This record gives sequence, C-alpha cells and structure tokens, in this order.
Amino acid sequence: MARSDVQLMLDVKAGDEQSFELLLRKYRSPLVNFLYRMVRDSAVAEDLAQEVFLRVYRARKEYAPSAKFTTWMFRIATNLALNSVRDNRYRQMEISMDHSVDVGDDEQPAMEVPDRSPTVEQQLVARSRAELILRAIHALPEKQRAAVLLHKYQELDYDEIARILECSESALKSLLFRAYETLRVELASLMNSVGI
Amino acid sequence: MSNTDRNTKRLAKYCAGMEDKLVEYLDGRAKPAERRAVEEHLAVCSGCRNRAEDFRVLWDALEDLPVISPSLAFDASLRARIAAEPARRGFWGWVPSPRLAFAVTALVAMSVWMASMPRVMDDETSMARVPAEADFGMIRDLPVLENYDVLSKFDALSELPASPNATAAGEVTNETRE
Repeated sequence: MARSDVQLMLDVKAGDEQSFELLLRKYRSPLVNFLYRMVRDSAVAEDLAQEVFLRVYRARKEYAPSAKFTTWMFRIATNLALNSVRDNRYRQMEISMDHSVDVGDDEQPAMEVPDRSPTVEQQLVARSRAELILRAIHALPEKQRAAVLLHKYQELDYDEIARILECSESALKSLLFRAYETLRVELASLMNSVGI
Repeated sequence: MSNTDRNTKRLAKYCAGMEDKLVEYLDGRAKPAERRAVEEHLAVCSGCRNRAEDFRVLWDALEDLPVISPSLAFDASLRARIAAEPARRGFWGWVPSPRLAFAVTALVAMSVWMASMPRVMDDETSMARVPAEADFGMIRDLPVLENYDVLSKFDALSELPASPNATAAGEVTNETRE
C-alpha cells in the first residue's frame, strides 16, 4: 500500500532518507512547472524548486502534520516565487533606470514544447500559443496568478489554495473568477481558434 | 418599477453573486444545492451562460501550456546542496558532557559574583598601593641620601640661599667630620 505524503514526511522525520527521495520524485516536476509558470525562467524555477526541497528537508525534524503536505510545500514555493518575482522586478527597474535597457520578450528563454506535432509549422503554432498563454498568466496580479496555477494546473482543493494564499475560501473563489475573467478577455483570440 | 426592471435588477444582483459560485460549479466541486442554484440561474441568464461557456473554452485553451521537465542535473544538484548543509545540533548538542556544563556554569557564576562585588574594595586597594610605592622609592634612594659626598656636591643644594642656621649646621658637620 502506498504511503501518504504525510506518512512519507513523518518517515523522513524519523530519519528515512528513502522517503525523501520518493517525495522528491513525486513533486519534482509539478514544483518546477509551477515555479516556471510563476517566474517564467526555467533556471530560476529549478533553483527555487531545489530551495523548496531544501527547506522541506531542513524542517523535517520539526515537521508536524497540521495540514496536507502539498499545502505546506506549495506555500513555501509560492512565497519563494513571489519574492523572486519582486526581487527580479526591482532588479529590472534598477537596470532600466541605470542603462535605459528595455528587457523585452526576446530575452526570454526558448520554451520547451513537447514533440506532439509532427511538422515544424505545427510546433511553431503550439509554441506561439503557449507563449501567449504564459504571457497572459504572467500579466495577472501575483495572487491571481498563483491562484490560477494552483487551481488549474495543480488542482489543489479550495481550502488548500486559500491556506497557501492566506485568504478565505470565499475570497479565493472571487479571486479566481476575476483572474479567469481577465484571461478570457486577454486570450479571446486564442479561444476563438480552439477546436479549429 | 415594472416587472421587467425588477427582474433585470434581481438577475444583476444574482450575477454579481455568481462570482464565487461559477468557478466551483464549472470544475465540478460545487455542493449539490449550490450546483442546482447555479444551473437554475444559467437557465434564465444568457450573460452568465455565455460566460460559463467561455470559461470552459478558456480552460481547454489553458491545457495547451506545455509541461517542462526538470534538468538531468536537478537531483544531483539538490543532493549537493543538502550535503553542503551544516550539521544542525540542538541546544543540548552543544553541551558535550555534564562535567563541562558544570565547569562552564561555575565559571559564569563566579564571574557574576566577582562582578557584583562592591567597587569600594577596588578603591581601598588602590589607596593602599600608593604609600607602598612611595616607600619602595624611598628605600631605593636611601643609599644616595646617606652618601654625604653626593649630597654635598649636589648643584641644586648649593644654589640655595645660605641661612645662618644652615651655615652653622654645615660648620658643625664639617667639624664633626674633621
């Protein structure tokens, strides 16, 4: 029988390094993707994901299962991502003030798109769509962005997301509604082409 | 107010209330009662019905976001970071033995006791030290003071105005020597 995340973490607390490996294998990819969509930089996302695991490992002795493991882990990840975004924004502001350098979208790293389409043209279209979506998500206010990513892509429960973002469930639902409403407007062109 | 106006106002109010219901309804997590309420509203409100349909299409479109894979060096890099972590010790980890703990405690207690001693003692000690130093200086210079030749040839003394008593005393001294 598979052990729950909380049980795995309790085993890590008891000194079982193998359980930490299992948690790492299970959440490595979801965390990197969540963080990549938050910060839009794959190298930073990997660094932050490692920092999350490092903090989980450091806190193993004091771990108490008061909430779901994912709530705890994504809360750490969200806080790290938001700090990183704010730091980066500050750095970019400093650069633009010092050198008047416009950091445009051209400087974004190339996105890795799974090889679903057989032709180069289809790959380019998929890449373009993905870039559009990512840009629209990234343009959302920080809290709305985190809420959408945790709701749509991580499929966490409302009470979990509310705990991560430190708001009430009712406030979270309104937050999500506003975020999806913004995305609906921003991605109208993309939605019209869905199914074509 | 006409029936149509009243109906429009009621729908607008309810539409605002849809904010925290629609998403939960669309992702299938709404409770049965809330689900029924939303369905009843969607049946009569074309605006919310259209929005609900747009949200469904949007969610399909959002699925197009690709999934990236962590780099091959991810695990190795994390393990290196964990290995580089300094070994953490609790409070008692810093106390290697009860003997050392006792010694440290005794030392601290003694330091506190000494620090709390009245400062008057220090003053007394320093006061007592001054005469002792003066005595030592006098003893050190005693051979010089007893040496008549040195004193008689001491320039500073010869420059002193001669007083009758001193002259008499000097004569007496010379006579005594002779």
